[in-house]
Amino acid sequence: MSQKHFDVLVIGGGVVGCAMARHFTLAGASVALLEKAPDVLDGASKGNSAILHTGFDAPPDSLELACIQRGHALYLRDHAGLQLPILRTGALVLAWNAEQMAKLPALIAKGQANGVSDIRMLSRAQILAREPHLSETVVGGFEVPGEVVIDPWTTAHVYLLQAMANGATLLRSAEVLSGDFDGAHWRLRTSADEITGKQVINCAGLYGDIVDTALLGESTFFIRPRKGQFLVFDKAASRLSSSILLPVPTDKTKGIVICPTIFGNLLVGPTAEDQDSRTDASTDRETLESLRMTGKRMLPGLASFEVTAAYAGLRPACAAPGYQVRRVPDMNYVSVGAIRSTGLSAALGLAEQVAEMLGRGDHVPMIDPQMPEVERLSDYHGRDWQEPGYGEIVCHCERVTRREIDRVLAGPMPPRSLQGLKRRTRVCMGRCQGFYCRGTVAQICGDRLDMPQEDAA
Amino acid sequence: MNVEEREILAFCAVAIVGGGTAGLSLATELRHLGVGDVVVIERETEAGGVPRHCGHYPFGLREYGRLMKGPDYARRNVAEAQEAGVRVLTGTAVTGLHPGGVLDLSGNAGSARLSALRVVLCTGVREASRAQRFLGGDRPPGVVATGTLQDMVYLKGLRPFDRPVILGSELVSLSAIMTCRHLGITPLAMIEEEERLIARPLFRPFPALMGVRLHTGVRDLRIHGRDRVEAVSFFDRYGGAVSLETDGVIVSGRFRPEAALISDSHLERDPGTGGPVVDQFGRCSDPSYFAAGNLLRAAETSGWCWREGVDTARRIVADIARYGVQPATNAPLPIQFSHPALRFVVPQGIAPGGSQGAMVQMQLGLERPFSGRLVARSAGKVLWSGRLSGAPVRRVLAPLAPILHARLSAPVDLALE
Repeated sequence: MSQKHFDVLVIGGGVVGCAMARHFTLAGASVALLEKAPDVLDGASKGNSAILHTGFDAPPDSLELACIQRGHALYLRDHAGLQLPILRTGALVLAWNAEQMAKLPALIAKGQANGVSDIRMLSRAQILAREPHLSETVVGGFEVPGEVVIDPWTTAHVYLLQAMANGATLLRSAEVLSGDFDGAHWRLRTSADEITGKQVINCAGLYGDIVDTALLGESTFFIRPRKGQFLVFDKAASRLSSSILLPVPTDKTKGIVICPTIFGNLLVGPTAEDQDSRTDASTDRETLESLRMTGKRMLPGLASFEVTAAYAGLRPACAAPGYQVRRVPDMNYVSVGAIRSTGLSAALGLAEQVAEMLGRGDHVPMIDPQMPEVERLSDYHGRDWQEPGYGEIVCHCERVTRREIDRVLAGPMPPRSLQGLKRRTRVCMGRCQGFYCRGTVAQICGDRLDMPQEDAA
Repeated sequence: MNVEEREILAFCAVAIVGGGTAGLSLATELRHLGVGDVVVIERETEAGGVPRHCGHYPFGLREYGRLMKGPDYARRNVAEAQEAGVRVLTGTAVTGLHPGGVLDLSGNAGSARLSALRVVLCTGVREASRAQRFLGGDRPPGVVATGTLQDMVYLKGLRPFDRPVILGSELVSLSAIMTCRHLGITPLAMIEEEERLIARPLFRPFPALMGVRLHTGVRDLRIHGRDRVEAVSFFDRYGGAVSLETDGVIVSGRFRPEAALISDSHLERDPGTGGPVVDQFGRCSDPSYFAAGNLLRAAETSGWCWREGVDTARRIVADIARYGVQPATNAPLPIQFSHPALRFVVPQGIAPGGSQGAMVQMQLGLERPFSGRLVARSAGKVLWSGRLSGAPVRRVLAPLAPILHARLSAPVDLALE
C-alpha cells in the first residue's frame, strides 16, 4: 500500500461496506476498505436469500424502508451499466389458512402506504394458474411484482471492484483493533497495518458493536446474530416456481421463503435462530429436514428433487428494532449497524443516506468512472462457456470455464481461499458439489491461493 | 444464443455421451458390428472414466484376461475404441438433449449440434455429497468424496489431509482406506450411521486389519471447523458423545447416477434409481435414446458396465436394423411396486416387441435388508415367483425372461412376500 492516508475509511467488506466504498469513491473521495477476514463477503453477506426487496413489508416511515426503496431504485438504475443480472420473478405472498387470509388486507394496506403501488390481490385460482405446482391447499394471496432476484455475491464484488477500478484501496486480513481521533484524523491500528483517514464508516456487520466499542469506547446497540439455514434444491426443481413465494410474516420473522436463484436453483429458507455466537453458521439435520418438509408442503413436487447444497447465514440483528445508523459528528464517525436481513436490498440506499448525513465536502464527483470487469454467473443470461476459446469447462455442473477461473485468479481482487473462488465463479457449487472438479480446481489454484487446502503429495 | 435457430452441423450413426467403461465398450462393439460412424463425447480432457483414478486392482480380468489397475484398464478401453475406429471427442461437453437424438455440444472451439440415429447416455455415477446426506455442522473445505480424493491423489499428486475420517462403510469406503495408505496415512476412523458395516461380510474385518477404528450406529454426526476441518462429533451407538480431532472428511459411497442432462431434458427420469426410465433393451422414453452403465443404477462394477456396454451395442444394432432412421414409438408397460423395502427396478418397463437380445435379468435396489419371495404378476396372473434376499447397495437380481415371454397386456406388479 503506497498511500496510507485516506478521506474515508470503510470498516467491513460486506455488501454494505462494498456499496459504501463505491459511493464515496465515485463521489471523489479517496477510500480504503478494511476487512478483517482474508476475503470480503465473509460474514453476514456470505449467506442470504438474494432477493432485492421492495420494502412492502418494512416498518413504515423507517430508515430501513427508505434505504430499501432507494437501494431498489438505484439497483434498477445501475445494474445494466454494471452488467449485474436481474431475474424478474415478482413475489407472491401466500395465505394457507383463514387466519393468514385475514391478515392479507392489512399487509396490502401497509405495502401501499409504504409506496409500493403495484400490489395486486389474487384469487386462489389466479395463484394456481400462475404457479400450477403450488399445493392446492393455498387459500389466497397477493402479488408484489417488484420483488426480484439478483446475484448476492457478484453484486457486492462489483460494487467494490468498481471502487477499486477508480482508485479505492482494499485491505484484507486487516482487523481494526483500536484507533484514536485527534480532532481531524483517525489513526486505526489493524492486525495488518496502521492507517489514517478523515472519516470512519463502520459497516462491520456482525461485529459492528465491537468496532464501535473499540473506537468510540461504547456502542449504542448490541448484535445478537440470527442464524438462517437454507436448502438449495436441484436446478431441475426451478421449474416448480417462477415466483418468489413468501409466507404471511409473523412479528418475529418473514418466515420460510421459496425462491428461485439467479443461478437456476430453488432456495428454501431461512430459519430464524437467535444465538450468541458471531461465527457459528452450522447447519443441523433436524432443521434441514424440517425445511424440506416445509418446502414440500408448499410445493409437493419438491419431493422428487434432490438437494444440491445446505448452508446457514448470520443476520446482524439486535434487540432494538430497525437499522442502527448513527453519526458522531465531532468524531467524524458513522456507525451503520444492525443491517439485519435487508442489507443486499438497501446497500446502495444506505451508502447514499450516509453520504447525505456527511454532506458534500470538497470532493469532485467522477464524471466518467471506470467500469469493472464482471463475471457473468447468471443461468438466465449469457455465460462464458457459450463463447469459444474458454479452454475447458472445469466445473460441469455450473459450467465454469478455465478462462473464468484464470481471469478471477489474475484479477484485481483475487480470491484467497477456495470459498472465495467459489463465490466468484460458482466452481464446485453445483449438483456434484465438487465431486468431479475439486481435484482439477486444486491443481489449477496450486500456489495461487494464500490459503490452499492441499499440499503436494 | 438461440438453440432452435442453430443449424445442425454434424451427423453420425451413434453418439455416445460419456467415455467411461460402458461408453467405450459400447462404442467399440458397435464398430465391431459394422456401424459406420460412432462418436464418443467425453467432457473431461481424457477419456476412460472412473477407473482412470482408481489406482488399484482388480480391473479387466474378464475383459482382457489379466489383472489390471484402474488407470491401465481405462487406457486399454480407450485404445480398443480408437483401434476399432471410434471417434473420441474429449474436452467436449453435451449441454442439451433434444427429441429425436439431437445434441448440443460445447468445446473450446465453439458450440455445435450433432444429430445421431441413436444416442446412448453413459454418464456414470458419483458419490452423494454431504448436502445430499444432510450432514450437519460447519462447512469448511476438506470434505471430499472418495472419487475426488482418488483424483487428487492418483492423478493430481495432491495431499488434501493427514488424518482424515471416512464416513460410510461401502466397498468404496474400503477403497478410500487404500488411497490413504498410498499417501502413507491411516484414516483415524470409519464412521457409519447404519448398525453394521455396509460392505459384504467378507470385507468387514478389513478396516480393523488396516488399523482404522470403527464407529457404527452413530447419530447426529457433525463436522466442525471454519477454514479447515478441525473435528467431527457424533453420538456413538451407546449414546456417548464422541469428538474426533481430524483434518479431513472422506464422504464415501451412496452412489447416484450423474443424470443432470436427463433432469434438464425431455427424457423421463426414475426417482428410484435417479437415472433414466428404460425398457428391456435399455431404450429411454424417447426411443432415439438408449442408456447403459451405472447411469442406469448406482452402482455396479466396471466389469458389469463393460459387459452392459457390449450387450447394449448389440441391441442398438438390432434396433437400427429393425426400425431404421425412425425408431419405434416406445410405450412400455411399467413394472410397478409399492413395497417399502423396494427402491427401484431396472428396467422400469417392458416394451412390446419381445425378448430377443433383451436384458436377461431385472436389477433390484433395496431400501432395507429383505429376505423372502419376489412375485411378479400381471393382470392378477403370477408370471414368476422365487426366493429373494439382499440388502441396500448390494447387487440383487431376478430373472426377466418369464416376464418377457408372457404376452403382457397390463403392467407388471412386483411384490415382496
